[in-house]
Amino acid sequence: MNFQLTEERQMLQDSLRRYLADSVSPEMLAQATTSAAGHSETLWKGLAEMGVIGALFPEDKGGFGGAGFDLSVVFEEVGRAGVFEPLAETGILAGGLLAELGGEAQADRVEAIIGGAIIGFAHSEPGARYDLEHVETKAKKDSDGWRITGRKSLVTHAGVAEAFLVTARTGGETTETDGISAFLVPAGEGVDIRDYPLNGGGRAAEVTLDVTVPADALIGPEGGAYAAIERAAARATCALCAEALGLMETIRGLTVDYLKNRKQFGQPIGKFQALQHRMADMLVEIEQARSAVINLAGHVDADRTTRERHVSATKNLIGRAGRLVVEESIQMHGGIGMTEEYALGHLVKRLTMVDHRFGDADHHLERFIRLSAA
Amino acid sequence: MDLTYTDEQKAFRDEVRAFLDDKLPKRQRDKVAGGKRLTKADYEEWHAILNERGWLGVTWPAEFGGTGWDAVQRHIFEEETTRAHAPRIVPFGLNMLGPVLMKFGSKAQQDHYLPRILNGDDWWCQGYSEPGAGSDLASVKTTAVREGDHYIVNGQKTWTTLGQYADKIFCLVRTSKEGKPQQGISFLLIDMDSPGVEVRPIVLIDGEAEVNEVWLSDVKVPVENLVGEENKGWTYAKYLLTHERTNIAGVGFAQAGLENLKRIAGLEKAGGRPLIENPFFAAKMAQVEIDLMAMATTNLRTIAAAAAGQAPGAESSMLKIKGTVIRQEINALTRQAVGPFAMPFVSEALDEGSNVEPVGPDYALPATQAYFNNRKLSIYGGSNEVQRQIISKTILEL
Ligand SMILES: Cc1cc2nc3c(=O)[nH]c(=O)nc-3n(C[C@H](O)[C@H](O)[C@H](O)COP(=O)(O)OP(=O)(O)OC[C@H]3O[C@@H](n4cnc5c(N)ncnc54)[C@H](O)[C@@H]3O)c2cc1C
Repeated sequence: MNFQLTEERQMLQDSLRRYLADSVSPEMLAQATTSAAGHSETLWKGLAEMGVIGALFPEDKGGFGGAGFDLSVVFEEVGRAGVFEPLAETGILAGGLLAELGGEAQADRVEAIIGGAIIGFAHSEPGARYDLEHVETKAKKDSDGWRITGRKSLVTHAGVAEAFLVTARTGGETTETDGISAFLVPAGEGVDIRDYPLNGGGRAAEVTLDVTVPADALIGPEGGAYAAIERAAARATCALCAEALGLMETIRGLTVDYLKNRKQFGQPIGKFQALQHRMADMLVEIEQARSAVINLAGHVDADRTTRERHVSATKNLIGRAGRLVVEESIQMHGGIGMTEEYALGHLVKRLTMVDHRFGDADHHLERFIRLSAA
Repeated sequence: MDLTYTDEQKAFRDEVRAFLDDKLPKRQRDKVAGGKRLTKADYEEWHAILNERGWLGVTWPAEFGGTGWDAVQRHIFEEETTRAHAPRIVPFGLNMLGPVLMKFGSKAQQDHYLPRILNGDDWWCQGYSEPGAGSDLASVKTTAVREGDHYIVNGQKTWTTLGQYADKIFCLVRTSKEGKPQQGISFLLIDMDSPGVEVRPIVLIDGEAEVNEVWLSDVKVPVENLVGEENKGWTYAKYLLTHERTNIAGVGFAQAGLENLKRIAGLEKAGGRPLIENPFFAAKMAQVEIDLMAMATTNLRTIAAAAAGQAPGAESSMLKIKGTVIRQEINALTRQAVGPFAMPFVSEALDEGSNVEPVGPDYALPATQAYFNNRKLSIYGGSNEVQRQIISKTILEL
């Protein structure tokens, strides 16, 4: 048993934490989210140069990490700083699938991603809610290659993506796992983007596809991409949970500082036992969240049932702990906790939105029961 | 024990319903039900409609132009108007300042201000809180120094709800530093147009500018704007807070919220089935509905006691806690119900007549906003921690 990070990961954590602490401020985040890009181009370049994107890929794909604990180390820091860069979309989802399914033909593309090229992940659809296998978008073979038609929803960072990893049905019914294929589709003609801001920062888009791509745009086996999509989603969920943990840690720090410094009735409000106990409860839940992230990070490469049980267990716990941390931190701050300008405002919104991605706490509770019975 | 309304009360309820059917503009009803952004003009329009009928002064006695309703009638009115999706009555003039002036104001103040509140001539805001004085309200630092027939006021108020619309602000100011902090506070009426008053918006986490900072720099206020006696303001302030806490349980809001939640849960699909049929979600909805049913009766119990002449005491603290927790739970479930579409923040879509389409269903953004915005319920009007303090001291005598 050993819960220490390896030396390499410790170094990655230290340098990433230092870099983000030096470059991120509430003003900078506010500017990034109101910019047309919806993220910070400077920060993104900095992350790529530091090798942070490479840490998400295994060595045989040109990276130097790629294990669950590499993801959790990186994303805990991302959360701690409250940034919203396209790391998971490009580095885990689109990039992960290109690396896993694309073979030699896509090796250059993966190298470009590690260097900072942004590829969007156009998978979820308006009627899918949290069901990963819900794909209505169709791809039909024709003389020019593939004609793809359909609608994708909440495609994060779509506006800055040079291309998309698009999932589409080449067979099967809307909610079947069989018949889903992956395609690489360049941004531009035939890919219509309605771009909008998100609660908690960043941008996403509704993407309407009516586009023809060449035959070699198909990535991986025709109709057989689902297993890889599920694996990529598990890794992205691990990243998102680690991000939530980082957010919780920063929120905890802000709240403890506030309890020490805010005075009412002639004393710091942290002297009131009612608040002390609640802060203690919050700490206990954050430690639970940390253990849950470790559980998932340690099992993202396990067999399917073990992996997915951990996905659902961790995402469920993070959803519950996240809500507690959001609501209690606002409450213990009083009015100031509700303002957009104070650093907490952005963080609680980001943490709240974690529960609306890759399945909420209830979705995963139900799924955990199903997977456990199997 | 009888849990039903009397025949007169039922007749009154029917009268309120008929009035709402007839007079509440559909435009307003749709905006409130749809979570659209209300403007100053919307509130003023609704106030004017109520005033025309003589129903704006809900809590006011008839001698001041109010309804003269008893506690049960007021409750029926609240319940029916929220259910019908009427805009809320802006409370600052009607439920806060009005009662204070009736009890402690001079005849001249009553004659001048009360009709202006009913007629919509003055929009009031509440200048109690300061950056350093929240739960500990008695520590207000804004000073008012007497110079001839004026006070010179300096300081800063904050969290001033809808101060951007207000013509006037009632303030707690310090007129003496002697004795206990409570003993040097006065209650002063200030014109927002006075030189030296500056209003700066504060954007909250729902993205709306609902509250403000109000800066007061050498503001000249005529001495006749003092309410009651100098240094007695704390008594008036506390009296006002008991009125602020009328309808504190928010039963009508909770019922309207629950109805909205059920509607959304019927429209949303999870795993191909309506969310409302999902046992996990249905259980949570049922739980909060059960809590609400009991709380509605707790509320009626205090109303009956009030109608029988008992002054509401620490019971209102119980209603405050339970009522806000229930409403916040309904807001959390509604946010959960909208699924991934809780994420987009397309604020322009909330403006009336906007040609910006929402992303996903039109109820999604209002659901997220209400969740964030209603975190305020357990913070303001005496935070829920302060209410627990009151219960443990006053009822439990701990
Ligand atoms: C949306 C909104 C609108 C508002 N509108 C108005 C308005 O129009 N006019 C106006 O004057 N004010 C308004 N307020 C201010 C409101 O009344 C204050 O926010 C409230 O009194 C709490 O004060 P505070 O925010 O300074 O928090 P603090 O008093 O600093 O409290 C911080 C935390 O400490 C807790 N705490 C404090 N004392 C104790 C104790 N003794 N024991 C245990 N816990 C304690 C509180 O419960 C809270 O959790 C508004 C506030 C909000 C959020």
